[in-house]
Amino acid sequence: MLALTDITINYEGRTILDSACLSVARGEIVSLVGPSGSGKTTLLRVIAGLEHPSQGTVVIDNKLMTGVPTHKRDVGLVFQDNQLFPHLSVFDNIAYSLRIKRVSKALQIEKVNEMLSLIGMENLAHRDVGQLSGGEAKRIAVARALVADPFILLLDEPLTGLDTELHDRLLDDMGALLRARQTTVVHVTHDHNEAARLSDRVVDVRTLGQSRSQLQ
Amino acid sequence: MNQTAPSNFGLSPYRRSARLLWIAPTVFLVLILVIPTTSIILRATSLDGFGSVLNNSTVRQALWFTTWQALASTVLTLVVALPATYVLSRFAFTGNRALQALITVPFLLPTVVVGAAFLAVLPSRLHYTATALIIAHAYFNLTVVVRIVGARWEQLHPGIEQVASTLGASRTTVFRTVTLPLLRSAIGTASGVIALFAFTSYGIVRTLGGPARSTIETEIYTRSVLIGDMSGALALSIAQMIVLTAVLWWWASFHRHKTASTQISVEQQLPNTRGQKAMVYGIALATAAVVIAPMTALLWRSISQSTPDTTRFTLAGWRAVTSSTTLSAITTSAQFALCAMVIATVLGLMVALAVAYGSPRFVWLERISVLPLTVSAVTIGLGILITYDTAPYDFRSAWIITPLAHSLIALPLVVRIVLPVVRQIPRSLQSAASTLGATPLQTWLTVDRPLMSRAIGASAALAFAVSIGEFGATSFLTRRGSETLPVTISRLLTRPGDTLRTQAYALCVIIVVISMIAIFLIDMFRPSRKTK
Repeated sequence: MLALTDITINYEGRTILDSACLSVARGEIVSLVGPSGSGKTTLLRVIAGLEHPSQGTVVIDNKLMTGVPTHKRDVGLVFQDNQLFPHLSVFDNIAYSLRIKRVSKALQIEKVNEMLSLIGMENLAHRDVGQLSGGEAKRIAVARALVADPFILLLDEPLTGLDTELHDRLLDDMGALLRARQTTVVHVTHDHNEAARLSDRVVDVRTLGQSRSQLQ
Repeated sequence: MNQTAPSNFGLSPYRRSARLLWIAPTVFLVLILVIPTTSIILRATSLDGFGSVLNNSTVRQALWFTTWQALASTVLTLVVALPATYVLSRFAFTGNRALQALITVPFLLPTVVVGAAFLAVLPSRLHYTATALIIAHAYFNLTVVVRIVGARWEQLHPGIEQVASTLGASRTTVFRTVTLPLLRSAIGTASGVIALFAFTSYGIVRTLGGPARSTIETEIYTRSVLIGDMSGALALSIAQMIVLTAVLWWWASFHRHKTASTQISVEQQLPNTRGQKAMVYGIALATAAVVIAPMTALLWRSISQSTPDTTRFTLAGWRAVTSSTTLSAITTSAQFALCAMVIATVLGLMVALAVAYGSPRFVWLERISVLPLTVSAVTIGLGILITYDTAPYDFRSAWIITPLAHSLIALPLVVRIVLPVVRQIPRSLQSAASTLGATPLQTWLTVDRPLMSRAIGASAALAFAVSIGEFGATSFLTRRGSETLPVTISRLLTRPGDTLRTQAYALCVIIVVISMIAIFLIDMFRPSRKTK
């Protein structure tokens, strides 16, 4: 499970989060909602180790994460703008984390192909990522984050900016994929409908610091 | 009218006059560039001993030395410049812009002055060594890496590196597997430029390399001017041209490969943690110190004379600056620079207007106006020297020949500054002026000229700076009584005597100040990005 305790974040003299606590159970999908500037993305970045809180602790899988760098935290992160590696093919983008972890070539191929078939893109393995449509790129970004089975998947406004039809289709596909794999997810969005449709629990980030009872 | 011409060419009110503008620049390029280089080629190929010159051991040594020092200079430049490039492109910190400007200064300093500055700053046991030469080349080329690689690095979204680290890549792995591959093409381009500059380096080698270190360029000078072995010099310049053409060809094909595009970074990051601040300011201060030290050493050595035991303060060098020979060098340099500035700016403007407004067929003019960049200054000097040496074309002693050579070297730079600006001026503005009753000349004066004035100012200042520092071609064309500042400095540095040295350093300080003013003007006039 994931546990955040008393996370306080100050930025340029302003307190963005004050003693925020949150725990997420294994296999649970939690959506953090709130207006822009309320600190939901910052909280996600704190979990990933991309931002350091002024105070408080992050515990992932019963291990205290203070001082643990991002690459050792076993998290996957999907950005709003995907951030696919432009110099790598679709296949190599998905295989990136397996390669870093020195997984055998045969297993890499097996796992990447499995991901590609899960997202219905078997025939695009060797496509240049610059040639993908918005929906395809999003699916690849999710597959890349999931392929090495991270302990927790962080989704930062993953579907913002897509047209309604694509948004709804990807939302359903992503929900089905995450539930089938029983992935633990923290999902950040400003869209309450999206949050309700995807997650087991919706939490307004503004309540995190004030009412701890809600977060148990 | 040509049916296939793009419509924007047909609409210009200037097309009639612009069609005549190709004549003057073309005549200039033919006389100062094409005929001299052709005559080098013709004379060299008719030589009997062409092959034997290239088999000569001194020549082979020069070729080998030129190549390896160019490669070593490239590697050292990358090593010194990449940390600074990282800090400048990724972090917003106080002094970022000032440091970028400071790093540009060495590149615009005359090469003779850069050589002198390293004589001033390096311990004497390093004088006239390959190490000194390589260090000076790295100093001169720092800005090439900062500009070319930095522009690319700024565009890399930090998110792409963050994604890699969430996928399990450590900081070094992120750099190796993501950052470096995305920077590879920019690093390749910068390396090509640096290697080319180091390969054709002349002023720095003449001042800092000493008699024992000859590159192809200095060997051409030694043979043609000092020894009188013209056939050797010609053979070497042919070898030089072949190598340069090969490198440029490789370079052009390298650039045909598409580089992967990424999302543009939104903003630079503030150094947050204590470690980050220490790194950013540490690298920035170290780089600034590296850039400033040689220039400070010039100033210090211009007012002091050292013996093994003591250092003595003296103004003898500065007093000697007012002697008639050095004063005449200053006047000559100023005259040549003004002349070259006017010629290069006017011809560059003509090229830009002809290409932009004349006819789509004038693309060839844009291409040949860039040619002087592909020929070394030494070759230009040698070509003019051997072409215009017989009556009735004996112009070697005509003073105008040197400013003409300087204009040739500055011309491509002027075109590259002015042409993009001309192309950005919306045709609709000219149409609007025409419909309001303005003649083509009135339209140009009231619409285009004001929009172009900054670009014209910047290119004029650049042409002036190029001419003030030009040494390669000048050392072939210079005549007693009309020596320029760099030629005088080089002569003073090779003569024994402390006062002559301090005098040379004092002249260097004067050139540094003039160059700084020119750089400031270029920066001030630089076309703003909002011209669109």
